[in-house]
Order: sequence, then C-alpha cells, then structure tokens
Amino acid sequence: MFTVRKILLTLTAVAFMMACGSSSSDDEPSEETDTFDRGALLTNISNNIIIPAFQDLVTKLSVLESDKDTFITTPDQTNLDALRASWLEAYKVWQYVEMFNIGEAEALLYGFQMNVYPTNTIDIENNVSAGTYDLTSVNNNDAVGFPAVDYLLYGVANDDTSILAKFAEANYKNYLSDVINQMKSLTETVLNDWTGSYKDTFVSQTGNTATSALNKFTNDYVFYYEKGLRANKIGIPAGVFSTDPLPEKVEGFYGKSFSKELVLEALNAVQDLFNGKAYTSSATGESFKTYLQNLERNDLVTTITTRFNDARQKLEALNDDLNSQINTDNTKMTEAYDALQLAVVSLKVDMLQAFNISVDYVDADGD
Amino acid sequence: MNFNTKTYLSENTSAAPLAVFRIAFGIMMCFGMIRFWYHGWIETLYILPKFHFSYYGFEWIKPLGVYTYLLFIVCAIAALFIALGFKYRLAIIIFFLSFTYIELMDKTTYLNHYYFISLMSLLMIFLPANAYFSVDNVLRKKSYKNIPKWTIDSVKLLLGIVYFYAGLAKINSDWLLEAMPLKIWLPSKYDLPLIGDTLMHQNWFHFAMSWSGMLYDLSIPFLLLYKRTRVFAFVLVLIFHIFTRVLFPIGMFPFIMIVSTLIFFDASLHIKIINFLKRLFKYVVSNITTKSNYNYQFRKPITGFLALFFVIQLIFPFRYLIYPNELFWTEEGFRFSWRVMLMEKMGISTFKIVNGETGDFFYVDNKDFLTPFQEKQMSFQPDFILEYSHYLGDHFTLQGHENVQVFVESYVALNGRLSQPFIDKNVDLYREKESFKPKYWILPFKDEIKGL
Repeated sequence: MFTVRKILLTLTAVAFMMACGSSSSDDEPSEETDTFDRGALLTNISNNIIIPAFQDLVTKLSVLESDKDTFITTPDQTNLDALRASWLEAYKVWQYVEMFNIGEAEALLYGFQMNVYPTNTIDIENNVSAGTYDLTSVNNNDAVGFPAVDYLLYGVANDDTSILAKFAEANYKNYLSDVINQMKSLTETVLNDWTGSYKDTFVSQTGNTATSALNKFTNDYVFYYEKGLRANKIGIPAGVFSTDPLPEKVEGFYGKSFSKELVLEALNAVQDLFNGKAYTSSATGESFKTYLQNLERNDLVTTITTRFNDARQKLEALNDDLNSQINTDNTKMTEAYDALQLAVVSLKVDMLQAFNISVDYVDADGD
Repeated sequence: MNFNTKTYLSENTSAAPLAVFRIAFGIMMCFGMIRFWYHGWIETLYILPKFHFSYYGFEWIKPLGVYTYLLFIVCAIAALFIALGFKYRLAIIIFFLSFTYIELMDKTTYLNHYYFISLMSLLMIFLPANAYFSVDNVLRKKSYKNIPKWTIDSVKLLLGIVYFYAGLAKINSDWLLEAMPLKIWLPSKYDLPLIGDTLMHQNWFHFAMSWSGMLYDLSIPFLLLYKRTRVFAFVLVLIFHIFTRVLFPIGMFPFIMIVSTLIFFDASLHIKIINFLKRLFKYVVSNITTKSNYNYQFRKPITGFLALFFVIQLIFPFRYLIYPNELFWTEEGFRFSWRVMLMEKMGISTFKIVNGETGDFFYVDNKDFLTPFQEKQMSFQPDFILEYSHYLGDHFTLQGHENVQVFVESYVALNGRLSQPFIDKNVDLYREKESFKPKYWILPFKDEIKGL
C-alpha cells in the first residue's frame, strides 16, 4: 500500500516544481516588478503638476483681480476687453486643476464654488439687487465662480454698451468684485494647504486602502474624466442623457466662443496627468502611464493614448462655440461624446482593474 | 467491491462530532447575522436600493422593507437555538428558510459561501445534531451516545465537494498558465507588512500560489479523511484560510471553513471539547436517560432524499457544459458551482433608451437607479444586464415614453485582457426574455480559456 506520506511528499514536490518551472520561463522582465515607487508617482504629480497648476491659477486670478479693479473704477470698453481676456486665461488654467478634488479642495467643496454651470442668472440677479449675500452658501454654488463671471461679463445685457451701463451700478460692481475676490481667496487657501502640510500627507499615503491618497486620487481622476469632462462639457449639452439636446448647458455659454477651447484644455490636462508631464515643461515623471508599463500593460497605455487622441480629433472638428455646434449639427457632438466614452472604458475598467484599486464604494464581503 | 449500502447505513458512530459541529455552526451563524447588521449592510444592501436583482424563478422574493431587520433577527435567534440544541428541528428549518430567503432577495450579494451555508443548513434539517449535548436532551430527558455514521459522513461529503470542485474549477489555462487573476490581486497588496514589498509582486510567487491553491483544494478532502495526514491537513487548512483572510475581504468564510473541518477529527477530540464546555457552563446532567443508538423514524425516505441531494450536487456544477460559449465570459452556469475567486472581471454598461418609431434616444445614468455595488455587479453579468434592461424599459414606459427600446453598450475586461464589447448593442433587450437558454446577444469572447 502506498503511504499517505508519499502522496504528500509528491504533492509538495510537484507544487514546488510547478512553481519554479513556470517562473523560470519568463522571469527576465518581471523580476523587478515591485520596484515601482508609488511615492514617486504622488511626488511627481504633486510637485510638478498639481502645485504648479494651482500657482499658475493664483497668478492668473491675481491678474483677473487687478483687471477687475481697473474695470470697476473705469468701466469702459478697453477695460472690459482686458477683463474678459484675463477671465478666459484663468478659466483655461482652471481646466488643469478641476480634477484635483482632494485635500482642502474636497473639504471646501472648492469645485462647486468655482465652476457650476449653467449658472443661475436669477440667483445672481437676486443677489445683485439684494446687495447682501453669502457667496460660500451651497445655495449660491450656481451663482459664483467662472460661470457667474461669464454671465456678468457677457450675458448680463444684450450688447457691450448695455453691459457697460450695468456696471455703472454699484451693486453689479460689488457682486463682480466679490465673486472674483472669493475665487482668488479660495484658490489661495487650497494652494497654501498643498504647499503647507498637505503635500507630505498626500505623498505618504501610498497604501491600497479605500481612503489612501493614491486610491482616492486615482478614483477622483477617473470620476472627473467621466463626469466633469465627458458628461458636463459634452454629453449633457449634446442631450445624450435627456430626450432633447440642452445647448444652454455648455461651459462658457455667455462668452459664446470659448467652450471648445475649454474642453480641449481639459482633455490636455487629463492626458498630461496620465503621462506625468510637468505643468510648466515637457519633462515627464512617474505617472499612471509608467505604473501601467511597470505592470507590463503597454497594450493598455497604447489604447488609452489612442483613445485620448481620437477624442481630441473629434473635439477639434467642432465649432468654437459648442452651443451653435449643437444647434446646427449635434451629430458631431455625439460623435465626440462616443470617442470620449471609449477612454472612460479604458480608464474605469482596464486601468482600475490593472491597479486593482480598492474601491471606496463597495462595502461587503467578497468570495 | 464489498461495500454494502445496507451495512453502511446501519453503522453507528459517536454523536459528539456532530454536536460540536452544531454548536459551532449555530454560534458562527448567529455572529454572522449580528456582524451583517453591525456593518449596516442590511440597510445598504437590502433597504436603500430602489431595485433588486432577482434570481430567475424567484422574482417574488424581495426585501421586506423595515421588516428585513426582523428577518435577520429571526435568523439569528434560530442560529442561537441551533447552537443550544433547543427545539433543534424547528430552529434549523427556520434558519434554512430565513437564511435562504435573505440570500435570494438580491443576487448582487451572491457569494459561494452563502450558498454553502444554505446547503449545509438544508442538510442539517435531516441530521440528528441535537442527539447529544443539547437542551433538547434535557427537555426530552433522553440523549443518544451514537448516531448513524452516514450522518457525519454527509457533512464531510458536502465539505469535500466544496473543496474538490473549487479545485477542479482552478484547472484552467488562466489560473495555471497565466497565474490569473492572482497576478492582478497579489501585487496590489504591496502595503502588507513584511510580505507586501518582498513577495507580492514576484512572478514565481503568483504561480506558486495558483498551483498550490489548486492542489490544496483538490487534495485537502482526502488528506483530512486519512487519519495519518489529518493533523498536517488541518495545519494546511489553517495556513490557507488565514492567508486568504489577510489578503482578501472574505468576511467570516475562513473561520467557518476552519471550524467545520474539525468534523473530520476523531470523536475523542470532540468529547474533550464537550467536556470542556460542560465544565465551563457547570452543566449538570440529571434524569437524562442515555440511549446508545439514535434511530431514524423515516430512514428510507430521508436517506433517499439525501442521496438525490448529493447526486444533484455532483452534477449541477457541470451544467455549464451544455452552454456553447466561454463560461467565464457568459457566466451561464457559473454560480452555484464552487467557482471561487477565479476571475477578475470588470465592466461598464451604458443603457440607451430609444424611441423605436422616431429613433430619438438618450442614455441612462445608472446611479439614478442602482447602488454603486449593484452597478458594479450588473456591469459584467448578462442576466443582471437583462433584468435591469426590463426594469428600465418598464420605468420609462410608465413615465410616458413611447415605443421604448433598451440597448446596452457594454465593455468587459476579464483577467487582465483588454476590455472588449460584451453585449450586442443592436439587440433590443427589452424584447429579450430571461430563460435557461444560451443568450445569443452576448458577443463571443475573443480569446480562449482552456480547461474545466
């Protein structure tokens, strides 16, 4: 009779042989796998992307603030044009920070105080005529930030002469001034947190837990791309979630000709972050891309890059004013949406699967 | 062969192992129910969702609103009664019914080990687990020293099937030749102390874990059966389950399996455990007549029923063979087959509501109808997608939309492959009916997974 001990020895031996045998065949490229430094990824992203982008935004908002001061002192066409130009410059930089809804930005609901659109013109007008308001109130989220300035500078009256006439009134001056000051001070608060203690906290949380900075940041990134970019900027106005198109829901609705520029900036920001490209130069560092490469998922890097580029092509084919694009030929908008959606698939399904990020929303046992 | 069924069925053995098993099972189940409540899962999984995914044929089983809490209370009390051996037969029947009802309320939460518990409690209805060391003994003033050997063997058989079939399911090319999905899961545990950045990313380690996992599952029932390997096997059971507990969020399952395994040990161990418990609770036996053998009143129908039960258990996991396409992709015949931790599968499914006359359409935001957990589970499982399509179709028809058609754009990634289209986006799912027939609208899997 064969002894159980023999069976056991055989099984153990087989297990080890299988294990070693299979690893020796393809161990050359993968032995180094976990040299991937997630701390370096977070360091690169915070040092070279997040903080410089916020610094630039503070700079642009300072210009906006001083142009606004000039304008309310002398509300003429020249000063209005200058103010509009600096508003657009700041709005473009905003596209580089909107996805960083983490840390102080998350605590302050910074995004909600900066870019909720369509803006609520009734609320704005009520605030203006009341002369007293709490701009930080949740009820005023849709009456502040870039979209509110958009309305005040472009939509508050039918033509520039009438707009200038509005700013003869103290209440309009004050509201414009308060909104812009608020935007700048909020942004400074967020930046100061980053340059103060938060950066170290952020960089140190490399764990794979639902609350670690790495996981939250990754989830936020994918969420922003899906919701903030794909849905808000293209999908919702193109009517993909409603029975009819909703062209009045485009970003920069009153300025008319910037909505495409803004979405293209946003896509660049998303892709630069994926590539780990510095905000102020073309240097690159550790990123989602290098993390995927480290996991031997070059196939996925290629797919994601192709899909971002395809989406950019579709966006570039649109009219500068997405509102008029929707009204003339909405098919091009839905095509752009479809192209953006394909990248959602790659990020949300493939990339998150490859990282095997612990998701914060599923709280139950697994098999 | 000199195996004689009649002789086998009349063999007796000590009642102690089954009594210990009963106590452990009852306590763990009671604790499991309390834990479920404590985590707030009754609310998040059964009360908050607007919509629940039903099992085909069990659409009538739904959560009971706030009374769902009552259901869990009933289940927990029944489990406690099982542990005490108090009104055992009634308690185990109520436990089986309430637990199974809970599991059938929403298939989003399907787990193999919940299925295992349903089956085990069904089996235990027919076993004399209160014959020894139970409150029922005191009430009826009699206890039994021995019970039929086949009763304990049937518990061992069910445990053995779970392990062995889980092992069989691992004999496939993804698991053995690609070390998938462990190759995805293990490196993500880089933040574990000690082993996190030393072992978890090593290629050889992924393969070692895959192969040893398969060999463990296949061999452990036999190693537990032979007396000479039993202790070694139990050590393996401990290592394996503790390790999986550390790595994966699998709740109480490891503990349940570890404790259940004790039934393979000789009665002497269980008698020691019972004596310890007796001392602990100062259990004094008075006026209980101890009879030697427990006799079944309806042995024939019961053994016949259980034989049928096990034949079904042996055949049922192979039902996937009837379906033409890749099992991991279509999941036709995937559940109730001990296919545990075999796949890393994720998907995204976007539903399009179309007016069949005008062609006007819009997309649905799944968050409006599903919890994040439901959305995650729905996104890659065809029967979920179909059921949800009908729910959406009914919802929008009721809202006054006309000629409603429901299409889905679905992408799924399986075991580290690039995601690919999952469902034929030109099929109006509102017109498709659920059945056991193959779902032709699942697009073919563009790869091959060889094996069982």
